[in-house]
Amino acid sequence: MADLSLAKPAQTSAASRGSSLLSMLWRDKLAFVSALVLLLIILCALLGPTLLDDLATRQNLRGRNFPPFSLDRGWAFILGGDSLGRPMLARLIVAANSTILIAAGTVLSAMIVGAGLGLVAGYMGKNISQAIMRLADVIMSFPSLLLAVVVLYVLGPSIPNMILVLAITRIPIYLRTTRAEVLEVRERMFVQAAIVMGAGHWRIILKHILPVVAPTLVTIATLDFAFVMLAESSLSFLGIGVQPPDITWGLMVSQGRPYLNTAWWLAFWPGLMIVITALALNLLSNWMRVALDPAQRWRLEARKTKNV
Amino acid sequence: MTKMIGQRAIASLLSLLGLMVLVFFLSRLTGDPAVLFLPIDATEQMKQEFRALHGLDLPLIEQFGRYLLDLLQLDFGESLRKARPAIDVVLEAYAWTLPLALITMSLVVVFAIILGSLAAFNVGGFFDRLISVVSLVGASAPDFWIAIVAIVVFAIGLGWVPTSGVGTPLHWVLPVAVLFIRPFGLVVQIVRGSMLSALSAPYVKTARAKGVKNLPLIFVHTLRNGMLPVITVIGDQAAAMLNGAVIVETIFGFPGIGKLMIDSILQRDFNVVLAAIMVTAIAIFIMNILIDLAYGLLDPRIRH
Amino acid sequence: MSEALLTVKNLSVDFHTAGGTVHAVKNVNWSIAPGETLAILGESGSGKSVSANAVMNLLDRPPAEIVSGEILFEGRDLLKISDEDHRALNGKKIAMIFQDPLGHLNPVYTVGWQIMEMMTAHGRPASAARARALELITRVGIPEPEKAMGKYPHQFSGGQRQRLMIAMALMLKPDILIADEPTTALDVTIQAEVLSLLKELQRETGMALVLITHDLGVVAEIADRVVVMNSGEIVEAGTARDVYHNPRHAYTQKLIAAAPGKGDIKLLDDAAPLLLEAKKLNKTYGEFAALKDVSLTLARGQSLAVVGESGSGKSTLARTLLRLETADSGEAFWKGRDLISMNARDLLGCRREIQMVFQDPTQSLNPRMSVYQLIAEGWDIHKLMPNRSERRARVLELLEQVGLSPEHADRYAHQFSGGQRQRIAIARALALEPELIICDEAVSALDVSIQAQVIALLDSLRQRLGISFLFIAHDLGVVRDFADTVIVMKSGEIVERGPTRQIFETPEHPYTQRLLAANLDPDPDVQAQRRIILSNG
Repeated sequence: MADLSLAKPAQTSAASRGSSLLSMLWRDKLAFVSALVLLLIILCALLGPTLLDDLATRQNLRGRNFPPFSLDRGWAFILGGDSLGRPMLARLIVAANSTILIAAGTVLSAMIVGAGLGLVAGYMGKNISQAIMRLADVIMSFPSLLLAVVVLYVLGPSIPNMILVLAITRIPIYLRTTRAEVLEVRERMFVQAAIVMGAGHWRIILKHILPVVAPTLVTIATLDFAFVMLAESSLSFLGIGVQPPDITWGLMVSQGRPYLNTAWWLAFWPGLMIVITALALNLLSNWMRVALDPAQRWRLEARKTKNV
Repeated sequence: MTKMIGQRAIASLLSLLGLMVLVFFLSRLTGDPAVLFLPIDATEQMKQEFRALHGLDLPLIEQFGRYLLDLLQLDFGESLRKARPAIDVVLEAYAWTLPLALITMSLVVVFAIILGSLAAFNVGGFFDRLISVVSLVGASAPDFWIAIVAIVVFAIGLGWVPTSGVGTPLHWVLPVAVLFIRPFGLVVQIVRGSMLSALSAPYVKTARAKGVKNLPLIFVHTLRNGMLPVITVIGDQAAAMLNGAVIVETIFGFPGIGKLMIDSILQRDFNVVLAAIMVTAIAIFIMNILIDLAYGLLDPRIRH
Repeated sequence: MSEALLTVKNLSVDFHTAGGTVHAVKNVNWSIAPGETLAILGESGSGKSVSANAVMNLLDRPPAEIVSGEILFEGRDLLKISDEDHRALNGKKIAMIFQDPLGHLNPVYTVGWQIMEMMTAHGRPASAARARALELITRVGIPEPEKAMGKYPHQFSGGQRQRLMIAMALMLKPDILIADEPTTALDVTIQAEVLSLLKELQRETGMALVLITHDLGVVAEIADRVVVMNSGEIVEAGTARDVYHNPRHAYTQKLIAAAPGKGDIKLLDDAAPLLLEAKKLNKTYGEFAALKDVSLTLARGQSLAVVGESGSGKSTLARTLLRLETADSGEAFWKGRDLISMNARDLLGCRREIQMVFQDPTQSLNPRMSVYQLIAEGWDIHKLMPNRSERRARVLELLEQVGLSPEHADRYAHQFSGGQRQRIAIARALALEPELIICDEAVSALDVSIQAQVIALLDSLRQRLGISFLFIAHDLGVVRDFADTVIVMKSGEIVERGPTRQIFETPEHPYTQRLLAANLDPDPDVQAQRRIILSNG
């Protein structure tokens, strides 16, 4: 009898589910390389400042605008020297720290606030929902440049303030997505089934709705991480973002701009770092969209069990 | 239809009003224009006179009340920087931004639809992969960096186009090209995905069972359905462009609304900032109505 | 039998999917003669549509691959001719209609244009196409044909859309019409109308009809011959009568035995105490009245069926009793206390006593919870069974009770078949030891053979545990087997109520009579008998 045939063997524990996710990642080479690149960049961001801070800040007027691809001044100058004779490579690694910190802080805080408000807006009645959405509209249309100037002027330049500016502009993305998903998920049969069993609001939101919405949020967050990096670099480039002596890749591009004619590498390398990081994030997010969808993921897992 | 537009106009107006309040009061936190506009050695008396002249000495709430009253008579105030009506300054800048947005978006729409559809018909093929790579790289590159690299290569290195400014059609090439990249990458992916799902829709099966030829199958049965999700994304992108391309306009010295915005903010020219926000809001409102009209034109289910 | 018009010979088709190669059909043989009706009968996943799609060149290759076989039509092998030649044949010589006419009609073009396209695509002038389309739209019984031409698919009802599909298929007077589950999504009365329309048109035009279906009743009503398919193979072939009365293959025998509506009708136990009593429930959505003064009573251990077609308000009734919807007015007493006006805390207590089994278990089971978590969730909510090992033991016991095994406890819903999933949903309902289980079309998404198993399971639970059932269904056969009282609903109103035997044997209300007449019996002889009665009276 088809009905009583045994179900397919299952991955049960969280550990084996994690390893199956890893082996799915291994199968998609592009996503795998992206993950490796990101891991490397995160390592640089974590360890860079402690290891290289001295090297990256020591000025050396003899090495001003030292051209790249030469080992005459040591490995640190392989990518050239900047306008104050500091090695580009070391500066890039140190700048990774603030760049990643700002992007991660922004994405995390925007996601928590946005998803929280989105859950409430999607689950609660029409009036609260409307009020929250109008607020999001206003935030959405508030010029981010003005916001940056206001925060810069009133609160002063600092990395946490930068995160504040960027996070405010990103909240509506998470809010809208979460709300739209919640509106759809809460009509699903298993949520109705939970209501019939007597589940309260918190249980329904946390146990039934959030786990379904979470993969979408993670996917968007990955993509958004790249976007925030670009936004931060744009603001820094315009002079209303991160201020020296803090340093990010975006600020480095902006600082290298006056030397375009004579020393192209000052602006080129940090820009390339942004492109590489954003590209890796985009690729990983594309993979996640498939891997975190339970229906599609099941297909990927099925392929594994059949082939091995 | 008119009722729908009316309701939306009221909702937008409320949002705009909220935004105006926020902008008006927050922007005053960013310092005293009198300090910025007058020479460093200006006396306190000169500053007082400057403030009195521009109504900056009144309590904030009164300033806002006066501003709203003037606004009702379509007086947007004066630009401190240019000593001309703020609205004239803004409209002048818009006269540059509008064609820039129009040209870029038209190119985006045409290329994205053609190339995205071709990629969908050739799923997994060389062309499909090429489009994916191009759109991903485009979405991952900061536009100021592309702009800088483009200037180094095409303006300084090869000397094909001028580095910045406006005047000849050649001046438009780089700004349009740089602005084109990101929306193109986004829209082409949406076109591809939506054409793919339209191609596997059941009504295409019906058409094949009817013996419809391939070309009408693609261009009559699928394209129109496939365009529906694309329109929304095009609308979002166009809205972003109407807000002005700050970076591109700054780098290429293009006197559009984006450049005006950043200059006015940096120099505390509040009236221009507020006028720019209002004009932009109206432009985006009109564009959203057009997008809805296009939607209704393509999909009878919306019309009924 | 006259000479075959279309012959499928030794056809084998594989599907290359991410999960490996699936042999969709293996060595399938069938043929059809002019004017004949052949039914291809099978449950989901049997491969019943594959050969028809191969005939129409509708298989996407890849993933499909035709491994062997030939399809002979007018002396040519359709598997060998060019796509262009095939295109010229499609619609003109062989036409096809589908299960879901809303999805299969292009939403952005008028139906008139789409029907005319059948002729214009084959090079006929638009004026001729227009005249023919009008003629056929009138023929299939669409009111105001001129106006209908200019309307879009979403502006018609499901039955009308299928009529329009039929009109479209007949534009070029094809020799063969392939109908893939043409009435599955329709209400029984509409199904009867569409089937009789198909038969009339077949008589008028002399076309051959290939009907793909899962429904023995449809076969009995319309087919001359039938081939029965199971997991890609034809297990039995013959005339419809022969196959029904003398099934040779075990699968066919099982399928026929599983057809609902054949068992003994249950008798009502009048002495049982009252459990639920609803009085004058009303619910409107805007202009639309979903419930109009609906009253009912249900005694302990009883099973009450609510029967009706789509839009009759039967699901709204269930949702209102469960407080998933708020009634506009009326009362519903659960053991003497009014569910409708009850506060949240009292309601929580009642929620434990009233459980629900939904139509589609794929959707009613949270995909991210294991079977154990699904079943145990109710205990978390109602703070029951705090002891973990006790819980585990009880879950395993429940799994066994619904016919699953203990090792299923740590798996996820997507790893089970449809029937198994519905068993999990039933186990979840049983976990709270309810006194009433409301089943909203609980078996209608399942294949017939599995449907019978689930009904048998519910019946045994009722006998062993004394649980009452409120059983919402549109399938009269299932209701006849399971219920001891029946309520018939139409447009939000109860038109008839009574013991099952009375409703099925001496229905009084014309609507109940129509409903029963439209319900197809799996026995071709019974259907033939009914047709005679209908045409005489």
